[in-house]
Amino acid sequence: MDFNDTPEETAFRAQARAWLGANATPRTTEGSEYESLGERIGKAELAAAKAWQKKKADAGWACIQWPRAFGGRDATPIQTVIWSQEESRFKTPPNIYLIGHGMAGPTLMIHGSPEQQRRWLPRMLSGEEVWCQLFSEPNAGSDLAGLRMSVVRDGDYWVANGQKIWTTGAQFCDWGILVARHDPALAKHSGLTYFVVDMRSPGIEIRPITQIDGGQGFNEVFFTDVRIPDANRIAEVGEGWRVAITTLMNERASVGTLSGGAFGTADLIDLAAHLELGGAPALANEAVREKIASFHVVAKGIELTGRRIISDLSQGKMPGPEASLMKLLGAKLIQDMAAYAMDLQGEAGALSGKDDAAHQGRWQYRYLAISGFRIAGGTDEVLRNIIAERVLGLPVDVRADKGMAFRDIPSGA
Amino acid sequence: MNFDFSEDQKFVQRTAAEYLAEHAPLSVCRGVLESDRPYSQELWKGAAELGWLGTTIPEEYGGCGLGYLELAVIAEEVGRALAPIPFGSSVYLATEALLLGGSDQQKQRYLPRLASGEIIGTFALAEGPGQCAAAQVATRFERGVLSGTKLPVLDGSVADFAVVVARTERGPSLVLVDLGAEGVSVEPVSCFDPSRSQARIVFNDAPAQQLGEPGAGLALAERVIDGAAVLTAFEQFGGAARAFDITRQYLLERYAFGRQIASFQAIKHRLADLWCEIELTRSNCYYGAWALSQGEAELAVAAAVARIAASDAFSKATQEMIQLHGGVGYTWEYDCHLFYRRAKLLALSLGSTSSWKRRLMDRLSAAAA
Repeated sequence: MDFNDTPEETAFRAQARAWLGANATPRTTEGSEYESLGERIGKAELAAAKAWQKKKADAGWACIQWPRAFGGRDATPIQTVIWSQEESRFKTPPNIYLIGHGMAGPTLMIHGSPEQQRRWLPRMLSGEEVWCQLFSEPNAGSDLAGLRMSVVRDGDYWVANGQKIWTTGAQFCDWGILVARHDPALAKHSGLTYFVVDMRSPGIEIRPITQIDGGQGFNEVFFTDVRIPDANRIAEVGEGWRVAITTLMNERASVGTLSGGAFGTADLIDLAAHLELGGAPALANEAVREKIASFHVVAKGIELTGRRIISDLSQGKMPGPEASLMKLLGAKLIQDMAAYAMDLQGEAGALSGKDDAAHQGRWQYRYLAISGFRIAGGTDEVLRNIIAERVLGLPVDVRADKGMAFRDIPSGA
Repeated sequence: MNFDFSEDQKFVQRTAAEYLAEHAPLSVCRGVLESDRPYSQELWKGAAELGWLGTTIPEEYGGCGLGYLELAVIAEEVGRALAPIPFGSSVYLATEALLLGGSDQQKQRYLPRLASGEIIGTFALAEGPGQCAAAQVATRFERGVLSGTKLPVLDGSVADFAVVVARTERGPSLVLVDLGAEGVSVEPVSCFDPSRSQARIVFNDAPAQQLGEPGAGLALAERVIDGAAVLTAFEQFGGAARAFDITRQYLLERYAFGRQIASFQAIKHRLADLWCEIELTRSNCYYGAWALSQGEAELAVAAAVARIAASDAFSKATQEMIQLHGGVGYTWEYDCHLFYRRAKLLALSLGSTSSWKRRLMDRLSAAAA
């Protein structure tokens, strides 16, 4: 058992750190790593994000996990982890490339034609073009294959109508990956086809969604007679679900986990040390101590499970669906800790102003923001199904819509 | 980075698992539980022959000279088998106390016979109902004699000697006492998990020896208890994992409403949650073992975290085991209660979960200060 880097890892970390040190400013304070799921990106942030990506690309530090053939450096999974650990120690602009680099790119590498790869991957890597995901719909979330957006063939084009939702960054994105239904007479999973859409196409309307924490990271995207060239179709007609699965597997790998450092109880201990309970610091109260100890045990368990996953990567093993537990337990833990932190503040827990609320209102904000993490990227319930079926080998759910033509499936509408 | 056991350690674990699968099916645990026998002597002999009792004892004292990581994986298998032997008392506690605090003479006298299984040791801390801490015991050690009552003492009625936590003029101390000596009376008591025996031991001016430096007893006692907590956590983790496996298998085999009951989401989600809790426990246990094997300052925190996680996970796994088995889980005939009893026993020995939570917070505050 050894928590240290191997000599190769040490060398790679030093190389990464050297380049970052010469090209970015170290972070002075620990940033809160679990603020909101979505903050609106303004013009300045967008420009800064693109400039940082360009700088990395010019120096060969962009998309290091991509194959060399596509401009990456064939980095191993553990090198990728080391790079992100090191990059997170520096002040960097918001990462607007998660969908492109982590999901759309790998999907195009597997399912795109050589021409499509040449057309999109280089500018995705260099950061000139930003990508978004057009999968979820108001009536298709956990049951994604139940999506309804229609595409109808018209010569060399397809005409798309319908609505997508939860699209991060749609306002400033250049391209979107889209799954739509080309034939409602086929069974649910068979009638889907996968496309790349120019986000500036006529007929696309983007409306921001205001989250419960006030952020506006997501959008609704409405399609009215949007024309998509057939050349932008990925894989064959009817293979949309298979391609989408590739994208979603990569989603779990890239955004499915919260960073291990986000779960610490240090913040909560600090709060309890500064609040009063029965004439003494709350931290001296036995009930408070037991409660925080319980949180700490879970927090440490999640952090260490993250280290076990990294250890597997270091040993050349790919983490399986087991990694689902990180988000499942992590989001709930943060929600529970935030709720408890507000409790400790007594009636003043209802305050949220920076000046009046304890810890500048961080816990109140966190309590709102974290609720989205239990839904995004696989709800708690979907993650439990994944663990039950793919890790524990329990029978899959009985599907009431199995084998039915999509248009005959009851929808409650 | 490699946060896992080595291939050699995994081999030790596989060997232990194979041996116990053959020689310690659950009927062995049940055999002790249903009889007047305090433990399985056959299994104890087997453990001695395989060298498990002397895992961490240096070769010069007749042991194997291996480390805590090897002992941890053996503990996991002992826990998985619900082995009805005084393993924890003799190996994690009595042996470790001697290794950490014993004089050479004391080591010479006890360790070779502990390694061979010829004698059994135990550890006596609790003094009746209520939370007990090493710093607050009433049993006194003065002028070479020990007086007081310890209750319960796990495996006390089968042990040849005990390491007793007692107060002295210079503070709490560990004291070595032969249980066959004059002034010692050992009485078996009925207990919640009869697959492991418990005793009341009364000392009345019993001859005893100081273990470790006078005045340094509290730190030694805490260190022994922390190490034993990590190793016991592996037993608990092994027990929880076995309870989970048996439950999962049962749910796959049983049909109701025309389906395997493991196909209902109400069941699947509960198993998923339980699996998550057991996996977190695995992570916390591994970290505890690492801290123990490296002699890290983090041991105090890591041991408490592993201990709490493992106690909770084993208890939860066995509660779910009975519930998900339904009516048969409540019968004497099914094995669920063997796990249910052992989980509670292990969660109580070495101090309850709430006392460990308080220790954890004391240690976190100390680390932060």
